[in-house]
Amino acid sequence: MELLLIIVLGLLYAGGVYFILRRSMVKLLLGIMLLGSATNILIFVLGSIVKGSPPVIDADHDTFSGIYADPVPQALILTAIVISFALTAFAIVLLKRVYALVQTDDLDNLNTPEEEDI
Amino acid sequence: MRSIILQTATRYLLPILLLFSIFLLLRGHYYPGGGFVGGLVASIAFVLHSFTNGTDATMKLLGRKPLSLIPIGLGISAFSVILPLFFGLPPMTGLWVQEKFPLIGLIGSSLFFDIGVYLVVIGVVLTILFTISLTDD
Amino acid sequence: MTGNHILASVFIHLFIAIFQLIAWRKTVTQRILSVGGALVGLIIAIVLFQQVYLHGTYTLNAANWAAPFGIVFAADLLSATMVLLTSIAGFAVSIFSSTGISRQRMLYGYFPIFHFLLMGLNGAFLTGDIFNLYVWFEVIIISSFVLMTLGGRKQQLEGAVKYMAMNILASMFFLTGIGILYGITGSLNMADLSTKIQEVENRSLVGITSVFFILGFGIKSAVFPLYFWLPSSYHTPPSAVAATFGGLLTKVGIYAMLRVNSLIFIPDDFTRKLLMTIAVLTILTGAFGALIKTSVRRLFSYLIVCHIGFMVGGIAMFTKVALIGTVFYLIHDIMVKTNMFLIAGLIRQLRGTMSMEKLGGLYREYPKISLLIAIVLFSLVGIPPLSGFWPKIYLFRESFSQHQYVYIAALITGSLATLYVIAKMWAEAFWKETPQGIAVEDQFAPLPVYRKILLVLPIGILGVVSVYIGINAETIIQVADRIANELIDTSSYIKAVLKN
Repeated sequence: MELLLIIVLGLLYAGGVYFILRRSMVKLLLGIMLLGSATNILIFVLGSIVKGSPPVIDADHDTFSGIYADPVPQALILTAIVISFALTAFAIVLLKRVYALVQTDDLDNLNTPEEEDI
Repeated sequence: MRSIILQTATRYLLPILLLFSIFLLLRGHYYPGGGFVGGLVASIAFVLHSFTNGTDATMKLLGRKPLSLIPIGLGISAFSVILPLFFGLPPMTGLWVQEKFPLIGLIGSSLFFDIGVYLVVIGVVLTILFTISLTDD
Repeated sequence: MTGNHILASVFIHLFIAIFQLIAWRKTVTQRILSVGGALVGLIIAIVLFQQVYLHGTYTLNAANWAAPFGIVFAADLLSATMVLLTSIAGFAVSIFSSTGISRQRMLYGYFPIFHFLLMGLNGAFLTGDIFNLYVWFEVIIISSFVLMTLGGRKQQLEGAVKYMAMNILASMFFLTGIGILYGITGSLNMADLSTKIQEVENRSLVGITSVFFILGFGIKSAVFPLYFWLPSSYHTPPSAVAATFGGLLTKVGIYAMLRVNSLIFIPDDFTRKLLMTIAVLTILTGAFGALIKTSVRRLFSYLIVCHIGFMVGGIAMFTKVALIGTVFYLIHDIMVKTNMFLIAGLIRQLRGTMSMEKLGGLYREYPKISLLIAIVLFSLVGIPPLSGFWPKIYLFRESFSQHQYVYIAALITGSLATLYVIAKMWAEAFWKETPQGIAVEDQFAPLPVYRKILLVLPIGILGVVSVYIGINAETIIQVADRIANELIDTSSYIKAVLKN
């Protein structure tokens, strides 16, 4: 299981970096999303995966018994997912506005020269 | 897009999804679920409605701008966060009513935090999606 | 010491923002709420600073979970100072925004987002948990994205794409670092990490993790070679927004570096050399970039980069004297950089342009305002006895005794370049006659008197603070001295957080 996850996250990182290095804005966004997912899986793998019960103590017990999953990486990933959801939503709106205004998907065309400053 | 299948399905799916979202919201403290997921499911219900009947019809169904849900939700959440301060406890400490309520179970300040999150998520998601779909026209 | 009130400076901005969201589209109410709330926030910050100065570190266990398990907020002297500076700068910018921001931007929700940004900044300074620091960073960058794009002019959106991409990337590095850190230590509390990280046997993995943090914070604080997003985006938003960004956002990166390097990754030889190289190159690129710019705000953007290098150099040396210099420079820099961008906004109001070729004759028409601006410019350059002068003495002294001669050369070059560009700007914008054949659109003169005061007052407030920092340097040095002590000997912080 861990090996599989490690291969997946390696592929995600590679794909993310490849997309970020392209000049297209949409691919930049896709790359950032892939990198975000890769990071989340990395945290998941680092938090040592076990086949255990959920980290919730039963009502009639005081302490954990048996093997249970570490709740902290799950909480971290959940928070990171929520945050990247907000960031991605904002980025999509922004890229859409930029495209409507500049009429190009090429990042290199996003340089208004200094002379046009106000 | 006008699809008779989607239209008919949405008529039944909208209340079911909303009910399911409230179910997720209420069970969130002890089981998987919570305000964020509940809010997402609820907003999906409205998005489905806007797909079939158009954004204007969904606006009419909501009766108010989704943006106005954000301050209400934030206010409820923020209030539940600072409430323990008045009892001399650190912020965000869970305060619980000792009596069990029928159907819902124990009620604590974290439920109000979740309700706030639920409203904020609906507000944010619908605002973003309506912004995207309205600028198309 | 436990104090449940230390988050007050976070909550005040949260509630201001909520009330402003309720008063959506009512710009007058929003303005009053913003200025009044920022004033209350300033008072809270002063009280907090005084308490921390007198009684030592305050901590708060969120949700009443005991220290290494729950999220801890801790206000030590560095945090309290940063909150105080944020509040002063935020107060000044909120006054300036009440007239400096166009009504259209206010209708799009400028003020609530501005207060969310201040909330995020205060939260980032107060938290004692590394993952919580990441969350506050995200609050900051999401708010700053909205502020950056508000109004939606073409240039703004172009700048925002670069700003967004680089900042999300920085967060990703930071998050990756946190993930590895949790994997090798099993803790997220910074005080707890500082003891646990020393027990890790795989030192090379610790080194790699520290590089992730340097990369993340390096992009945030715009050091060489990760700074390119800053000069290509900071000249685009309205000046009040640029003032908040220029004064505070890059400094959060420096704050985080100070915190993480003092508690978790104590700089070893490799890190010191790396940071020192980065510092020298940052100063030089910033200085040379500033030399060739002709637009006032682009010039200031490069000066930010240049002066970040001064502070990174201080962190690289990581001795007590160097840290006094760094902290003092941080205090001075937040006040002056915020003010610089407000001044740029004022110049734009006075002349309708920020290009130095088209400016001129400001001193003849507005001698009083020009003199006020001159004092601020002198502080920036570091003319004694104004505020920029003292921290440089400490940095010079320490780099001599550490034999960091390249850094000294860079410091001198950076200071000279700053002096040169500021002198050039003064000559071009203030002393030179208005160029022939250019229609001056003075938006300032027709304004009613109270709005003129609202534009000049914040520059005055920040100017007075800068002068105070310079004249009363001894007090500031005492504060910086205590902060430097706390940064080098972190046992009091760890003891306060873990309570043992």
